[in-house]
Amino acid sequence: MKVVLADYGAGNLRSVCAAFERAGAEPVVTTDPAVVREAPLAVVAGVGHTESAARGLEERGLAEALRDRVAGGRPLLGICVGMQLLFGESEEGGQGLGLLAGPVRQIQARRVPHMGWNALSVSGGELLAGLDGADVYFAHSYAAEPEEPVTVATVDHDGPIVAAVERGALAGVQFHPERSDRAGAKVLTSTITWSRSA
Amino acid sequence: MVKKRLIPCLDVAGGRVVKGVRFQDLRDVGDPVELAERYSALGADEIVFLDVTATIEDRRPPLELVEHAAASLEVPFTVGGGIAELEDARALLRAGADKVAVNRAALERPRLLTELADEFGAQAVVCAIDAKGGEVYTHGARRARGVSAVRWAVKAARHGAGEILLTSIDTDGTREGYDLALTGAVAEAVTVPVIASGGAGNAGHLSDAFDAGADAALVASIVHERPELLPALKIALKERGWPIRS
Repeated sequence: MKVVLADYGAGNLRSVCAAFERAGAEPVVTTDPAVVREAPLAVVAGVGHTESAARGLEERGLAEALRDRVAGGRPLLGICVGMQLLFGESEEGGQGLGLLAGPVRQIQARRVPHMGWNALSVSGGELLAGLDGADVYFAHSYAAEPEEPVTVATVDHDGPIVAAVERGALAGVQFHPERSDRAGAKVLTSTITWSRSA
Repeated sequence: MVKKRLIPCLDVAGGRVVKGVRFQDLRDVGDPVELAERYSALGADEIVFLDVTATIEDRRPPLELVEHAAASLEVPFTVGGGIAELEDARALLRAGADKVAVNRAALERPRLLTELADEFGAQAVVCAIDAKGGEVYTHGARRARGVSAVRWAVKAARHGAGEILLTSIDTDGTREGYDLALTGAVAEAVTVPVIASGGAGNAGHLSDAFDAGADAALVASIVHERPELLPALKIALKERGWPIRS
């Protein structure tokens, strides 16, 4: 299955591509809004500052293509900063796509960034089925605070942090499935299955 | 609770992994990506590649190695050595590195850390600090910089570093334990995660580093010699009550 990664300029897309390949998909990296609009599954991934990432998406017309997808019920997965971009205003700077209600706020903890492997507390959804208690890799200083009931997993770092969200054909994971060993591979396999039925 | 990390460090010179004692007498220990894959399979939580000759020879970072590692590794990896400006970091991150470690260039121009954090997020920016007797050294431990490691760590974090990779030149490669005074002082002074580095010999040393406040521990000599020590170290640390990824 073709998986299209929206290239906004700063993302670490090679790792995500390699991980989707291992999961049996055919990843394509593009800056072309039309390709992003029509893909069976689109992904916004990678490292990056939300402000520069949001700007990169808007400037390339990718933001509009992603909004069109979601309006049409076509599956979209946001990874790490890509998940934060599904939400509204970010304390890091910049404005997300506003596809999910809620801000992105700086993490309040003794150690920030929240860096390393941490255990998922899974409460629902399809992407993280069978992964309650599994360790996955996080690297972020900001986190989404949903104002609608979309949270399907949290993680504890001096308090709960939203680790994954799902609403219909729209999903986001704050951790890095492409760097989360076997648990991460399972997330991507489930994502492919989910996107086919979404 | 976030797990304590064990991070094998691969010092790379001329495309090969090397290891010295107190930054000297480098010897060949293998192919970087092959070793990294092996460590990953044995439970390494992250991998660090440091191009130890890059700054000295004024060469730029090893992109081919990074591309190869990015395609095959299923755990995160950091690349350091010879990063002088924003575009060096961009090339490495686009090639697939999860984080970049900056050392001398950040010391000479702390604003570089801010530029990197603004572009890629602080979580992708590691400030590597090499210290001897509490003082910062650069150029493979050859040049003293007249700055306290603790003070520089605080400043680096304030400028945008999202993690401190703290290597004690005094204990590097000795297997006699980490520099706990230095590790503790830096871990207490900053709020970003701190990776203790230099001197790991056994599980007790790693446990001591975690007790001192380190969030992660770098290992090199002991696992290069016996990679199967990696899972044994993790089990031993788990038995001591540390949160460790299985």
